[in-house]
Amino acid sequence: MYDFELRRPENLSEAIESLSADGAQALAGGQTLIPTLKNRLASPDVLVSIGGLAELQGVSESNGVVSIKAGTTHGVVAGSVKSYPALAALAANIGDPAVRNRGTIGGSIANNDPSACYPAATLASKATIITSKRSIPSSDFFVGIFETVLDEGELITQVDFEVPDVANYQKFDQPASRFALVGVFLARYGNDVRVAVTGASEDGVFRWSEAEQALGSDFSASAIDRLEVDAEGMIEDIHGSKDYRASLIKVLTKRAVKAC
Amino acid sequence: MATVTMTVNGKSVSGEVEGRTLLSDFVRNNLNLTGTHIGCDTSQCGACVVHVDGKAVKSCTIFALEVEGSTVKTIEGMANPDGSLGVVQQAFQDNHGLQCGFCTPGMVMSAAALLDENPNPTETEIREYLEGNICRCTGYHNIVKSIQAAAVAA
Repeated sequence: MYDFELRRPENLSEAIESLSADGAQALAGGQTLIPTLKNRLASPDVLVSIGGLAELQGVSESNGVVSIKAGTTHGVVAGSVKSYPALAALAANIGDPAVRNRGTIGGSIANNDPSACYPAATLASKATIITSKRSIPSSDFFVGIFETVLDEGELITQVDFEVPDVANYQKFDQPASRFALVGVFLARYGNDVRVAVTGASEDGVFRWSEAEQALGSDFSASAIDRLEVDAEGMIEDIHGSKDYRASLIKVLTKRAVKAC
Repeated sequence: MATVTMTVNGKSVSGEVEGRTLLSDFVRNNLNLTGTHIGCDTSQCGACVVHVDGKAVKSCTIFALEVEGSTVKTIEGMANPDGSLGVVQQAFQDNHGLQCGFCTPGMVMSAAALLDENPNPTETEIREYLEGNICRCTGYHNIVKSIQAAAVAA
């Protein structure tokens, strides 16, 4: 890996100041970024270490909203989010224990890996992504694979999830990487049903709107029997074809409905 | 270069490192604690697992400077003060929980972290906890048996 200057700011305002430098990038848990640096797929001049900042740690729950500070690790989310069990379960199944002790929710969402779990939860549960500059609805946040609306130097500080009536995340593990080969996060708010899909599309996380409509009027697995996901635009790799991924979306959505 | 200071296996240590120096390289090269193994260097195999402030982490996927002021335990810190094997290490020896031994430091550190969190894990819980530790000899059965024995012995 190329060398860089590693800065360890003492507080959030110092971190944001450091991030305004040319070639600066935030280092949260580093569980994606460090392997990326080793492969020389990124070469920042300055890395600003934010994982340990106290202002970016912690979970709070009130009035149907779970607020998670961006530097909170998956392990902490898994163990401390009580009012949104589907979200805690998702966090408990990311990577492996050592990865969950370092990886953070803010890092996962900012990176927007097309196979990551958190983007699906964020999109399905009407989340708001709060940054150093603004609040962004999750529906506007994800642009494409590894791409979000975040500006240079803009830092996610917190993610607010609206707790649904019921929710379930179905992850079909890619067993080598522990990423989702396909993952479906289903959340129901009355008749408003959200189905967010990760791991499948070449455009990254997306909502399966036909299934949402069908499930909104009939919340049963058979409600989506007649629907098919178009395999066009799905990811194809050695782990699964486009058709296989398209098929998995429907299978996992049905499993999620049954599990609710 | 910058100076990093941390406590490793109960001793305060410091050294000069680059921004890019990984904790795994720091303990191996600066401290000569070569029990921590680097198997893949791609964050997958878990041979480099150490404890940072009591939590299992992959030392090849954290920079030394991020550990400034923290408490680190490596495999060398798992033995008893008199040099005899610690409970988890002894259980691995008793149950033939290693073949070539390369993954063993990470296995022992992950096992110890599991037993700290969950003193009586089921076999399924042990196997799930070891998802990030790969044994190329595929000696998992005896590794699981070792951890079960360590849970009883602890």
